[in-house]
Amino acid sequence: MMWGAIVAAQSRDTSGGLTKAQEARAKLGFPPTAFWTPMTVHSTAKAFKRNAVRAMQDEKLQRALSHVRTNFIAKRQSAVDKLPEFEALRDTARDIKNHTLAHLDLYLERYEAKVTESGGHVHFARTAEEARAVVIDICRRLGAKTVTKGKSMIGEEIGLNEALEDAGVKPVETDLGEYIIQLRGEIPSHIIAPAVHLNRDQVEADFRRVHTELDPHRDLSQPTQLLAEARHILRERFLAADVGITGANFLIAETGTSVIVTNEGNGDLTQTLPKAHIVLASIEKITPTLEDVAQILRVLARSATGQDMSVYTTFSTGPRRAGDPDGPGEYHVVILDNGRSAMLGTQFQDMLRCIRCGACMNHCPVYHAIGGHAYGWVYPGPMGAVLTPSLIGLGEGGNLPNASTFCGRCEAVCPMKIPLPGMMRHWREREFERHLAPAPQRYGLALWGFFAKRPRLYRPATRLAMWALALFGRGRGSVPFLPFGAGWTSHRDFPSPQGPTFQARWQARGKQGKSS
Amino acid sequence: MSVARDEILATLRRSLGVNGVEAPRRAAVEDRLARSPSGVIPKRSQVTGAERLALFKRQAEEGLATVVLVPDAASVPAEAARYLRDSNLPATLRIGDDPRLAAMPWETTALDVSKGPSGGGDLNALSHAFGAIAETGTLAMVSGAENPTTLNFLPDNHLVVVAAGEITGSSEELLGTLRARYGKEKMPRTLNLITGPSRSADIEQTLILGAHGPRKLHVIVVEG
Ligand code: SF4
Repeated sequence: MMWGAIVAAQSRDTSGGLTKAQEARAKLGFPPTAFWTPMTVHSTAKAFKRNAVRAMQDEKLQRALSHVRTNFIAKRQSAVDKLPEFEALRDTARDIKNHTLAHLDLYLERYEAKVTESGGHVHFARTAEEARAVVIDICRRLGAKTVTKGKSMIGEEIGLNEALEDAGVKPVETDLGEYIIQLRGEIPSHIIAPAVHLNRDQVEADFRRVHTELDPHRDLSQPTQLLAEARHILRERFLAADVGITGANFLIAETGTSVIVTNEGNGDLTQTLPKAHIVLASIEKITPTLEDVAQILRVLARSATGQDMSVYTTFSTGPRRAGDPDGPGEYHVVILDNGRSAMLGTQFQDMLRCIRCGACMNHCPVYHAIGGHAYGWVYPGPMGAVLTPSLIGLGEGGNLPNASTFCGRCEAVCPMKIPLPGMMRHWREREFERHLAPAPQRYGLALWGFFAKRPRLYRPATRLAMWALALFGRGRGSVPFLPFGAGWTSHRDFPSPQGPTFQARWQARGKQGKSS
Repeated sequence: MSVARDEILATLRRSLGVNGVEAPRRAAVEDRLARSPSGVIPKRSQVTGAERLALFKRQAEEGLATVVLVPDAASVPAEAARYLRDSNLPATLRIGDDPRLAAMPWETTALDVSKGPSGGGDLNALSHAFGAIAETGTLAMVSGAENPTTLNFLPDNHLVVVAAGEITGSSEELLGTLRARYGKEKMPRTLNLITGPSRSADIEQTLILGAHGPRKLHVIVVEG
């Protein structure tokens, strides 16, 4: 409950002055805003409306997105139905992370000590730039020419590939989806299925364009043939790589262990074969014990892909040991903050429970309609709408919290019970209060107007989509009903903020005109 | 210690409104690490004997592995030979230094068995599991010369031997045996939990086996 005061102080920050917490941070040498991170990967989140409209007019994208609506939702549901304890496990998973976040400083210290004890190295990085520098230093010291990479959202967040290329090191993505988007020069459109926005024929065209050493007349009409080709090409890269870089789903304080979860086995080849294994992780990946990981694993794969367990769950502790015939000679963990430590103690702390399962975007009618790229930065969907402004600032990501119908499905399926709609609402209030962005607010409303006039864009493949259709029908194309209309909010049970409601302030503001 | 480290910890503590030396917080952390509480264990994992074995088989098959039971360790080479023959695969096998594998009568088969880690040139490998988890049909493999980690990932076809007596109901029970073997707060360099053969659904959400790891996973459970 010691956070209460800080949360209150933070939320009183309506005048443009500094809260106590911010003053404290300023004394530590941080810039005075709570969310101070400099830009990392280039963001187009500001252009959210334009991105979204373009996405809805992209036929190929719409075809690819239909797989998200059908497959992910059905698979998750059937996995959840088979485990009567699923709801109870969500509670324990949430409680484990809450406990960890409340003691994060101590668990981080313990984790670091245990990694060191097992012969590994921990590198703390405040910013994306510091994290990139650590990785590049290791690669330079080892004379690395190529590095293989397992899927890492932190790698995306810090824009690592570009930095490696600039340093003369060739990064090779090895997760099939990541490999495809690397060939295309794109960022992931989904946190667990990076190429979900693409159709088979697009992948075929990319492979033909890039794999020019292969027979131009080969048959690539089946997904199996595409996978076989990627396997063949990447196998050589695995064997040639000097350094392997993976992400981490968990960092275990008890044992100094990093954990990755994959289905392809690419992460394992990435980390086992080269001279050095570098783990990229952010501070909130810390989990106290092996048992705590076992609890969270039970909700992770089910929420992500509808599997009881992913194919490969790998626990790595330190480098190759005496007598080991294989494994990396060096083991490094880069622990990135990049604005997260400042989220603790604020109303966005709950977001740090996120285990990156993707369920919130899989169940989001907005994501279904526009895909991941429209969100403009590395984290799409509801989790991105909350996290992006936290990490790169409201100025860049302030539009995103409007990308919600407030249907509540994301919170209902989130295995960590993160109150995503509530946090999006917080962002919108904060954005409003700071007078940062009158235009983006209207963008959000205009977007919903666009949806409302084009109900056909919502092919009702699921009950969820049916729900969305009903909502937009209710809007009758009339913007004020969406999403702030009284008829809407009166059905919803959101906690009222202190002072005048957002809606009241919105209306008052409308009367005053755009004075800010 | 680095400036970045100290600053991150200082910011965390400011944000949490703590100083890092509070006795109750330290005690809470030490307590959790010492006790490693279990949380919710699914009821379906709480089975023993034949039921547990059946659960393991069912779950592993759901993960698209194949599972065969043999009466004793001496039957493993013949089963491995049969599997490779029936799958139209060459009669070669790469194995590690595991004494349990070394004690098996490989000479009674026509298999060409070689030893050591894989450099990528092996089509078939066979490893001995540390244990397995019935709840999810998962194999637990630990690194070392006995069963090199590369054998789990580089060959196209992976055969894994597991003793029926080392299959636990839940993952927590397996973690218990792991602690008993390696010591509290200790881990093998690599623990691979493997549930079925490698796969990807990255192209149009179509599930395809054999992404970067083995295309086939065959589990031989030794009952005796
Ligand atoms: S916010 Fe929840 S549902 Fe979304 S990715 Fe994170 S854990 Fe999964």
